[in-house]
Amino acid sequence: MNAMLQKLVIYWDYPFVRYALIVGVLIALCSSLLGVTLVLKRFSFIGDGLSHVAFGAMAIAAVLQLSNDMPFVMIVTVISAVLLLRTGQNTKIKGDAAIAMISVGSLAIGYLIMNIFSTSANLSGDVCSTLFGSTSILTLSETDMRLCVVMSVIVVAVFVLFYNKIFAVTFDESFARATGTKASLYNLMIAVVIAVIIVLAMNLVGSLLISALVIFPALSAMRMFKSFFGVTVCAAALSVICSLAGILASILGGTPVGSTIVAVQILMFFISWAVGSVNGGMQK
Amino acid sequence: MAQLTCQNLCVGYDGKSVLQDLNFEVFAGDYLCIVGENGSGKSTLMKTILGLQPPISGRILTGDGLRKNEIGYLPQQTIVQKDFPASVREIVLSGCQGRCGKRPFYNREEKLLADDAMEKMEITKLSRRCYRELSGGQQQRVLLARALCATQKMLLLDEPVSGLDPKVTAQMYALIKKLNHDDGITVIMISHDISAALSFSSHILHIGESVFFGTKDEYLKSDSGRLFSAGKGGDER
Repeated sequence: MNAMLQKLVIYWDYPFVRYALIVGVLIALCSSLLGVTLVLKRFSFIGDGLSHVAFGAMAIAAVLQLSNDMPFVMIVTVISAVLLLRTGQNTKIKGDAAIAMISVGSLAIGYLIMNIFSTSANLSGDVCSTLFGSTSILTLSETDMRLCVVMSVIVVAVFVLFYNKIFAVTFDESFARATGTKASLYNLMIAVVIAVIIVLAMNLVGSLLISALVIFPALSAMRMFKSFFGVTVCAAALSVICSLAGILASILGGTPVGSTIVAVQILMFFISWAVGSVNGGMQK
Repeated sequence: MAQLTCQNLCVGYDGKSVLQDLNFEVFAGDYLCIVGENGSGKSTLMKTILGLQPPISGRILTGDGLRKNEIGYLPQQTIVQKDFPASVREIVLSGCQGRCGKRPFYNREEKLLADDAMEKMEITKLSRRCYRELSGGQQQRVLLARALCATQKMLLLDEPVSGLDPKVTAQMYALIKKLNHDDGITVIMISHDISAALSFSSHILHIGESVFFGTKDEYLKSDSGRLFSAGKGGDER
């Protein structure tokens, strides 16, 4: 135990470890807030879909040799998010099919482009780190961290200010619209915010594991709590705790950050399930 | 002046019309039942009245102090709502959203309004319970309370008793009748239940191959009404 603490104290002196912790916690917080809405709207897989889009966009940015690919990736992802959440409403292609299509399509195109126009010798290594985010959280610069802090503050502020409207639109879109809430505007807002979170989160867990950050806290919280408010607060708390635990564990054990966080999330899900069943059993 | 007027209204979706040339007026305190076969366009008509989709042609006018977004709506339940983690109070309060405009949080007046609506629907005791654990009839009361938060004037009910057992159905009809009679709220209800429509409503709009609009007594004397009351409308349900 003492040795572990000492190891942590030594690591704390490195700025990249502090950045990783700060960024990890903030991203976990943001993604869990909107996770509740997305799971309830049956858009659990949007995280996966959009992160693949971001992957494709990164590949294109690499080919175009853009020095800073963040704005480009952000714009492409936002546009895809808006399109995806729109198709949820008109029924030509259903939401889940549209997400699957865009997700698989952009993953394939991205890999294809990287292959054809490859500039790096270690292609599979590049792909692997983009998908699983194995190293990037430990290579964050101070600018990355600042950007992430600012974005997270904006996301949390938007969520708190529009909390009641997000609830109304999620629970019953037609009713909200009929009684004068601008539902399509708020849907658009949710789409944009989600895209921003995903592009940020790619640095942390990589594109394959983003879905976990979005859905696990929400699902765990839904086992235990029965009001929307309770679920949202609990999801945020669980997400932050799991990410902290995951990052610390990965530093101590030398495991990949993203997969460790997800493993902790899975564990938390089963604990929540057990707690929920025991509580529910007692009430009956 | 009528609260709601439809002039030469033609409704449908994707440019295809389902119903043409509808003309009818609803006055304050009316209890209108919309009946018709499956696929005759009842739900499309209701969505158009609510402004969820544009009419293909014709006009919908509101008057007598009723604004377009002051129509309360009791929708059919969606799959999303079946396992939604929300307390009864949160849902009822969300009916006030239209009043908030740009204001992010509910004020005291709106919270009182929600409490009142729950009182009226006799669900005050359930206010902290989880919506998905309630029975079908209780869920309908919650949604009705929410609709009451959105309006004091007009309610649109889309098959409010579908899936409810006979006892709860009767309670639901009594509750709606009370809102219409005691609180003077105009009711427009889509229904498959023609006998209930005939016993509670003041006006009938029958849509399908032939369109009928008039009071209940006129309907009973009309051709389509006679068909129904003779029991030949059995395939309706």
